[in-house]
Amino acid sequence: MSLSVKHLLGIKDLTPDDISLILNTAESFKDVLQRPIKKVPTLRDTTIVNLFYENSTRTRISFELAEKRLSADTINFAASGSSVSKGETLIDTVNNILSMKVDMVVMRHSASGAPHFLSQHINASIVNAGDGINEHPTQALLDAFSIKEKLGTLKGKKIALFGDIMHSRVALSNIYLLKKMGAEVVVCGPPTLIPKHIETLGVNVSYSVPETLAWCDVANVLRIQLERQNKPLFSTLREYSLYYGINKALLDSLKKEIVIMHPGPINRGVELNSDVADSKNSIILDQVQNGVAVRMAVLYLLAGKKDPLV
Amino acid sequence: MKSLFTSQQLQITIERLAHQLLENHLQFKDTVLIGMQPRGIYLSDRIHSKLKTLLPDVLIPYGKLDITFYRDDFNSGSELPVARETDISFSLENKNVILVDDVLYTGRTIRSGLDALLDFGRPESVELLVLIDRRFSRELPIQPDYVGMTVDAVAAQRVKVLWKEKDKKDEVVML
Repeated sequence: MSLSVKHLLGIKDLTPDDISLILNTAESFKDVLQRPIKKVPTLRDTTIVNLFYENSTRTRISFELAEKRLSADTINFAASGSSVSKGETLIDTVNNILSMKVDMVVMRHSASGAPHFLSQHINASIVNAGDGINEHPTQALLDAFSIKEKLGTLKGKKIALFGDIMHSRVALSNIYLLKKMGAEVVVCGPPTLIPKHIETLGVNVSYSVPETLAWCDVANVLRIQLERQNKPLFSTLREYSLYYGINKALLDSLKKEIVIMHPGPINRGVELNSDVADSKNSIILDQVQNGVAVRMAVLYLLAGKKDPLV
Repeated sequence: MKSLFTSQQLQITIERLAHQLLENHLQFKDTVLIGMQPRGIYLSDRIHSKLKTLLPDVLIPYGKLDITFYRDDFNSGSELPVARETDISFSLENKNVILVDDVLYTGRTIRSGLDALLDFGRPESVELLVLIDRRFSRELPIQPDYVGMTVDAVAAQRVKVLWKEKDKKDEVVML
């Protein structure tokens, strides 16, 4: 079994078989992470550069750990403090790094499509770790892995995405993945934060948080991305929290238990109250833990597609 | 296709192997059984249940080991094998490990298995039990301690053990 793609640029390019293969392989890696020695020698001949043109805590640490657990050599690159500030272009930067015999690139960039552009100019495999407002494929994969772990399957499950759908790459990757795996998806948020024509992706739109919570099995709550909103899209954070924030009173009013997810970082008291984020319904920290196993699976499967050593 | 072992011969051989293990590990104190995924586990399952009937009062620790992430041909351009479950719920520290696989051929799988084992602790000793030993075709200096049957076959031939649980019948064949 192998993936149908050479790069992981987005969930959009994956087949349902690819997604199943990644999730199944991640289960084996999750077992590895429970052992006393949490490391396997699989990628000891592979060098990976983590190219971060945008801030990150979880994703960068998670990728770096995944690489180290696979015995790969890693280099970390942050745009601030590099020659990028002297005006070096993306292709030049990457080609210089690759000429030092680097095999794979993990990349985050604030411009949507940056990894796609790069993939047309270099030979190394690229893993998209988030590009602008386009996709964040490994986040969607780890979300799917966590839902599957909790509910057994994705097929037929009702998943709701709350909040800033417009600026969230996590939302788009999740929608592609969940639809491909046969889940039902509703997006819910203020009209100004829901892109027009999003129904064409096969999702339903709701503007009512209580109604959507009553419908769903899983609530994936997204962060309000103030840094990407260059015009006011709602009046105040307090007002947003009042109408679209999720709190314990709302969950208690439901007649069932639902699963609460958040890709992090959480704006506590805005989209999610602490009494929900830290409740037993929340699998937020499981998501983080599963992230390492899922990224190990992605790196392993893509490295297996490398040209053979001669 | 040539049949090397019938179902009945297979059963007798498995009983003999279980008794040979008992000769060396009388009460199975500090001795554990590890089957190699994917096809060694059918043999280890049977040996484990045979040992249970021979030693009804002893709890023999039994695990399964997958070596996918330890292979030495990861970059050879061939298809990636699907990873199977590794299930070793005990430490191997200071244990006598009996590693069980169906066919010993080049020795490379066992080499990977030894590597993988060490991640679960430092065993006191490791012994190798195989149903079929294809001698003269080793690529690494690895030899079995318990052998069901020795087979001389050229590289172009394939020796396969069929199991009722997986292949609907018990038989050893040469293809």
